[in-house]
Amino acid sequence: MKPPKFSYLAPESVKNAIAMKQELGENARYIAGGQSLVPMMNFRVAAPSALIDLNGLTELSKVSLSSDSALNIGALTRTRRLENDPKITGAHPLLAAAARHIAHAQIRNRGTIGGSIAHADPAAELPGIVLACDAEIELQGPRGFRTVHAVDFFESVFTTALEEGELLLNIKFPRWPKDRKWGFQEVSRREGDYALVGIAAWFDLDATSSISACGLSAIGAADTPVRLTKSEAALLGSVPSLPLFEKAAAEVTADIDPFDDVHASAIYRCEVAAALAIRTLTEAWERDT
Amino acid sequence: MSERLKISLNVNNDTHACEIDARMTLADCLREKLDLTGTHLGCEHGVCGACTVLADGVSIRSCLIFAVQAQGMKITTVEGLAKDGELSPLQEAFHDNHALQCGFCTPGMLTTAEALLTENPAPTRREVESAISGNICRCTGYISIVDAIIDAAERRRQGPP
Ligand SMILES: Cc1cc2nc3c(=O)[nH]c(=O)nc-3n(C[C@H](O)[C@H](O)[C@H](O)COP(=O)(O)OP(=O)(O)OC[C@H]3O[C@@H](n4cnc5c(N)ncnc54)[C@H](O)[C@@H]3O)c2cc1C
Ligand code: FES
Ligand code: FES
Repeated sequence: MKPPKFSYLAPESVKNAIAMKQELGENARYIAGGQSLVPMMNFRVAAPSALIDLNGLTELSKVSLSSDSALNIGALTRTRRLENDPKITGAHPLLAAAARHIAHAQIRNRGTIGGSIAHADPAAELPGIVLACDAEIELQGPRGFRTVHAVDFFESVFTTALEEGELLLNIKFPRWPKDRKWGFQEVSRREGDYALVGIAAWFDLDATSSISACGLSAIGAADTPVRLTKSEAALLGSVPSLPLFEKAAAEVTADIDPFDDVHASAIYRCEVAAALAIRTLTEAWERDT
Repeated sequence: MSERLKISLNVNNDTHACEIDARMTLADCLREKLDLTGTHLGCEHGVCGACTVLADGVSIRSCLIFAVQAQGMKITTVEGLAKDGELSPLQEAFHDNHALQCGFCTPGMLTTAEALLTENPAPTRREVESAISGNICRCTGYISIVDAIIDAAERRRQGPP
């Protein structure tokens, strides 16, 4: 269908964009890549009175490493750049690998990291990566600047900690050690479809080859992306092995709460999540870094 | 407050001025205002790929961007692929490999493949399949489409275009 009528505004700065949103109120929406918002408008499940277009805000598409080696990715950075820009693929290979699973090239050429995180589809890849990696989400709103940790950001389906008028500015990924082990696996019905279930995992090894730190998350397995803390506890302090991964995978269902839909039952999603956890950890373990 | 907007678009190296509502998608603007009906609309929500055009050389869905947002971009539609009335090597390869039947998906397949071959002049079959994974064809069965794109890659490497 065709979208309902709206007025169109193209701010030239973040300050300007927030002021417009404040003036126009709740029925106005920010638009970034438009790859989730425009389909919703064409279906008429969304009918904003005004669109405030973020695409002119070049200040939001900066990518940089800070002095503590954290990777800063501006909210307007296109998904395609996450998979192709050596500055990102080198500094955060897990993020790049997950980005390749999102939709199709034509959609990744427009869609943005900020849009994906603000949209908060529970099956979306980038929210899962942000969560597994303890990223910080930087926001600017009518009441100023604040930082929200990924664990506190995703509240429910399409619902986040973003308050009225707040704009996602930047995502800050903590330093990624060169020899970190990582994996990402998902099951979807066709290439480019949203994941039925997906698992992201990374771990670091200490001098005794034991797991000294790790992060695991699941997508498509609850009403938000979920951190698999029980699996993480099972891994910490032990030397990687297939039996250890199986033990960690057996804990996955304790943290997830999947649903039935036309594509798969909750039971199927639980089984796939556990199987993917083993595969993802094995992928990580076998990786030469 | 949804006044008419005066915009200017660069499409296939020509500048076009038109007056539109903000809610007009680039796809509708191309078809209805500029009479460029080669760009097809299947689903209008991003899943079929028929509406794919090039924006500054990269492939995008023209049903998921508003015309007003495309100002300042260099848009190429399927009409812009042929040069001086001669089919491009990619278009010839589609013709020679029977890579279309009804032709509805073809504009999207061609623009998507054009972007792929510009980025990756020698793709594998797997890479071609992945590149057209967002383009649905209800007739041809994809095999001859993949054949055509592989063949086009070869023709382009042998040049001249
Ligand atoms: C056919 C199809 C398949 C897809 N498959 C997948 C998939 O497999 N995995 C996946 O993860 N995604 C998928 N997507 C969605 C795609 O990744 C979107 O690009 C993404 O969800 C939203 O990013 P965007 O920049 O396009 O945001 P938009 O559509 O512009 O915006 C989405 C929402 O976020 C808000 N917003 C955007 N930017 C900001 C900001 N900086 N600050 C505050 N709010 C903001 C908007 O107001 C809106 O509510 C698919 C889309 C399509 C059409
Ligand atoms: S019409 Fe745009 S993707 Fe189907
Ligand atoms: S040729 Fe008919 S849809 Fe592809």
